[in-house]
Amino acid sequence: MELNLAELNRTQYPIPAELQNNVAITSLSKIYNWGRRNSMWPMLFGLACCAIEMIATASSRFDFSRFGMEVMRATPRQSDLMIVSGTVTKKMVVPIVRLYNQMPEPKYVLAMGACASGGGPFKEGYNVVSGIDKYLPVDVYVPGCPPTPQALLYGLIALQKKIDGQSIITSDDVPWYGVGPSDPTPIPILGPDIIDPRQMDMIRRQAEQAARGGTFAVRELPAVAKTAAALPAQKAAPAAAAAAPAAGTMTPEEERRAAALARKAARAAKSAGEAAPAAAPTAAAPLPGGSKPWEESHDIREQRKAAALARKAARASKSEG
Amino acid sequence: MNGIGFVKGMLVTLRHFVNTYVDDLRYGFRKYSPDVDNFETRQGTKAEGAFTVQYPEEKLAMPERFRFVPFLVVNDYDHPEAPGKDWCTSCGICAKVCPPQCIWIVRSNDPVTGRPVPEPEAFFIDIDICMNCGFCAEFCPFDAIKMDHDYELSSYDRTTNHVFDKQKLSKEFKYWKTIAPTRAVEEMQARGGWEHKDAQKAARRGGADAGKDAKREEVRARKAEAAAPTAAPAAEAVAEAPKPAAEVKAEPAAAPAAEGARPWEESHDQREARKQAALARKAARAAKKDG
Amino acid sequence: MVLTAPDPNKVGTIEDAIADLKAAFPNDVSDDKREGYGGVIVSADKLLEVASYIRDTLKFDYLSSATAVDYLGEGHHSNDHMEMVYHAYRTTGGSALVFKAQTDREKAELPSLVSVWRGADFQEREAWDLFGIRFKGHPNLKRILMWEGFYGHPMRKDWKEAFYESEHKPFDSRWPEGHVYRAEELNVFGSNVKYPSDIDLSRLTDKSESDLYTGFGLGVDMTHMTDENGIQTDELVVNMGPHHPSTHGVFRMVMRLDGETITHLEPVMGYLHRNHEKIGERNTYLHNIPFTDRLDYISSMGNNHGYVLAVEQLLAKGAKYTPPTYRTEVLRVLMVELSRIVNHLWAIGFWLNDLGAFFTPVLYFVQERERILDFFEAVAGSRMMCNYMRFGGVFADLPERIKSTMNLMNDRVRDFDTMQFLQEMINERIPRTIDELDEYLTNSDIVQSRSKGVGYLSAEDAINFSAAGPLLRGSGVAYDIRRADPYSIYPELDFDVAVQHEGDMYARYMVRLIEMRESVRILKQILPRLEYTKGESVTSSFAYSGKIPLGEAYGRVENGKGELGYYVVSAGDKKNTANPWRYHVRAPSFINLTPLGHMCRGTKVADVVAILGSIDIVLGETDR
Ligand code: SF4
Ligand code: SF4
Ligand code: SF4
Repeated sequence: MELNLAELNRTQYPIPAELQNNVAITSLSKIYNWGRRNSMWPMLFGLACCAIEMIATASSRFDFSRFGMEVMRATPRQSDLMIVSGTVTKKMVVPIVRLYNQMPEPKYVLAMGACASGGGPFKEGYNVVSGIDKYLPVDVYVPGCPPTPQALLYGLIALQKKIDGQSIITSDDVPWYGVGPSDPTPIPILGPDIIDPRQMDMIRRQAEQAARGGTFAVRELPAVAKTAAALPAQKAAPAAAAAAPAAGTMTPEEERRAAALARKAARAAKSAGEAAPAAAPTAAAPLPGGSKPWEESHDIREQRKAAALARKAARASKSEG
Repeated sequence: MNGIGFVKGMLVTLRHFVNTYVDDLRYGFRKYSPDVDNFETRQGTKAEGAFTVQYPEEKLAMPERFRFVPFLVVNDYDHPEAPGKDWCTSCGICAKVCPPQCIWIVRSNDPVTGRPVPEPEAFFIDIDICMNCGFCAEFCPFDAIKMDHDYELSSYDRTTNHVFDKQKLSKEFKYWKTIAPTRAVEEMQARGGWEHKDAQKAARRGGADAGKDAKREEVRARKAEAAAPTAAPAAEAVAEAPKPAAEVKAEPAAAPAAEGARPWEESHDQREARKQAALARKAARAAKKDG
Repeated sequence: MVLTAPDPNKVGTIEDAIADLKAAFPNDVSDDKREGYGGVIVSADKLLEVASYIRDTLKFDYLSSATAVDYLGEGHHSNDHMEMVYHAYRTTGGSALVFKAQTDREKAELPSLVSVWRGADFQEREAWDLFGIRFKGHPNLKRILMWEGFYGHPMRKDWKEAFYESEHKPFDSRWPEGHVYRAEELNVFGSNVKYPSDIDLSRLTDKSESDLYTGFGLGVDMTHMTDENGIQTDELVVNMGPHHPSTHGVFRMVMRLDGETITHLEPVMGYLHRNHEKIGERNTYLHNIPFTDRLDYISSMGNNHGYVLAVEQLLAKGAKYTPPTYRTEVLRVLMVELSRIVNHLWAIGFWLNDLGAFFTPVLYFVQERERILDFFEAVAGSRMMCNYMRFGGVFADLPERIKSTMNLMNDRVRDFDTMQFLQEMINERIPRTIDELDEYLTNSDIVQSRSKGVGYLSAEDAINFSAAGPLLRGSGVAYDIRRADPYSIYPELDFDVAVQHEGDMYARYMVRLIEMRESVRILKQILPRLEYTKGESVTSSFAYSGKIPLGEAYGRVENGKGELGYYVVSAGDKKNTANPWRYHVRAPSFINLTPLGHMCRGTKVADVVAILGSIDIVLGETDR
């Protein structure tokens, strides 16, 4: 009897031509993931206070070797998992990105603690990076300051579950099953302040703007907001629109900023509306920005969506070219 | 330098090694069964060395004073008079004492009179900044904010999950009584009763100002009206926080998990959706390559 | 130990010393008459002479702290200027001689005191880095915490960080209209950056690395160098860190090697510079307490203690001030001594790691540490970040029972009587651990042969380099602040200062070991005091918006790693202030690194990691 392999392989996944006759395709993925998740070798890499809790997790009382993580490797080339355990400073992020680039794929990043996730208590500091995800793709965030060993273990279990859900077939889940090696993360430069090479264009444009006599202040927003607040409610929204340059020329960051501006303006408009409740109690409703100022309006959201789509298209065409 | 000191040191190591098996021999395989609960001994001062806590099968329960991320106390949901009412009066003290300034409070105003109402309209804590210091709980005059014991908060996506809003922060007063029984009693004694300070005051005043209550009801109704048209979650506002890393590595579409669910427990629908999206992407790429 | 006995004529009170100093330099030394201030102001051009006089004639041989203050727009006390504040002590004991030198803000320049006290080296570099004060005659005036090429001097009052929101906390945007946002949303670049407006990207080079190697002779033709056998050799520059398993965190050493021997070593730090002091000056006084936890995160209780002592000194200048109760002091000492034991266990364990006993000793000591952390967790709420002390009090008294409560699934409950737990810990478990450690390591031939005679630091050098803690006492200087300049209830407690005279790594290990025993001795005296003070109030009456009287204070404690000092200035607002004008941490880990290069010169590479381990640093404090 002839076996209809295609029939047997009726999974939801598109199967690469060379593997189409392989019946074990889904199980392979499972075995692969099982192996990977149970032999995660973390990098012996401590940054700050959280590292102490990481050591406590590694030592006898909590003992994460029970999860196949007993071998902490000091070299990135032998490790699968980078536990970013502590505050990431601008000075330190350069070595961290280098280390990450040196790790062989598949590689995972776990942001341990408030600092590594989003800046933590020291976020406002001038030398602190507000979250390692500004530079590296993070798989699991473990909040807490510091997360207790049990909280870290929970995060590690969450990571294992995540790995379980990844598929070696739909390579979109993880870059390393795609075609060819994935690109290294560009290494930040320590200039007058830290420079993310991915933002070079934008910095240059800002600098040119400054040379033309414009402002090169990073915190324009409070000032803008102030003027917006001074404006009557009706004028605030157009002002925000004017602040956003033509959509086609915007970089992602500018778009973000424009969106933030618009939201801010909307907020200001809202408060302006509040200031004179007697005059226009019903005017609050039609204002852009929803009734709660921290919600974005429908328009802004649409704008953002469009921008994201455009970015995506640009990326796609770039990778094609 | 005759090696005796070294040998003595090695004997210490040997003793440690042998001791690791003493407990095994004593309890055998019953070590973790509930009827031989020697957990307390093992984690106490009497035990030799340290015993591994078999997380996640067994977890060290947290002492009462343990602090992790704060939560807001609300009335029990089966409270006879005001179920689920916030204890917080939005006095703003916690926002002021918070060292890294990670609390944002929007005070409610009566939409008509513009006067503040003792209730927060919105309450946010950015747990990516919070240093778990406990000052908010320590200085809150209304016992309305407390430090939670739930440390299992890991997530896959911080932009949507890590700014806790009022809904996510609120927990019943019952819950506080279970995690910190002793302190709940102490606070009750200081307050003079189990109820919220203001509720007690109102009760003491008795029916004398029932009218006031009625007015408050009215205010609340008006407020509900004003807030009705918008119910988009506040998470939207932060969903677009810059995240260049996302561009480096295509992540699965962030699937905001249902409340209380573990992050990896995506629903069937979500998984299906993700699969479809991946398939579509793949097809598009294939088409591109061919063309 | 060759310490000349102080000249009997010169040893007197601080007042005598100041009178003497003023007599010797009538035109250049004057009293600091600002409200709440003390010490003397020295004119800048005579600073060197005055410093030498203070050291040699007045016998204030130990420069504890040197730090800068930016008085910009302070208005009340003085005109705009920069000020260096020096705290000098006698190693025979007693309180500080504080002297200050002022300079213009724009052209900030002062003579360097490195020729008098080499301990001023890193501290002056820090002042240059963060405040932009140039030190004439400094041998190596480079940035120390930030990188070379960084824009501006961030601790200046007119320098604003990218996420600057307002001058002081609490920020107005949090309440009552606290619309949540992430700070990066408001930034054009979406992250915590800020560039000078004249940034020139075409000429942008990352100078941070190349500038590090100045003074290393890189690029110099070294082929002419021959060793004693006439073989041509070359020197090699090797980097160790910031990611290196032996550097106790993100610390880096750049060294020049001749074969295996180190000819020059320079520590590079700042990889964990978290802007503690800048944030501390935006914070209110109360806000800073949990931040101090994150300095030396191994012994957060000690950090709290130093800071509350400094602020209590300021509070004492005011009218209404109730000093902490006796029980408060007892509790503080209890916590601090337990932290000291934790600290030393950790230090010895990781030092053994550096010696090659990879992780076995650490595991033994970490598991004992866990018990103490359990106690901290039950009393203060967190294992590491205790945030326990308050101004004039502590967070809360000991709980009746160390008890846990069910919350999650699978929770297992513990329940111990607190006092019984403490009794068992102090009388049995901790002494047993220390004895075992002693048996395990002290006579071990490997430990001895690796550590005896290595990393030598003489008593004179230790003092001159401002070394502190076990590093200083291991060199034969019996200087322990708990005895030399007592605080809290230490005068009535019976203990000895641990001191060893060899000055090598082994001596430092022995100091730590003895000190743990002394800590147990102290703790045994604390137990009965805990019993009979039961019921006394320990809470602080300091309100969250409490104001602090004007003035300056320097509170210091003997922490596990050495002298931890806080220099706090309350200035600005005439009616008491809510935020410190200056908040400086004299971090023992930072200053103890000053002699590292000196100690490592001539040793082998393999010993460097161990020498670093024997100093016992923690990066949270080194870089702050
Ligand atoms: S999250 Fe907290 S404990 Fe962890 S590194 Fe940051 S400050 Fe330290
Ligand atoms: S201090 Fe308490 S009552 Fe006041 S705003 Fe905060 S949580 Fe609400
Ligand atoms: S625990 Fe501390 S940091 Fe966290 S919200 Fe409360 S006061 Fe702020």
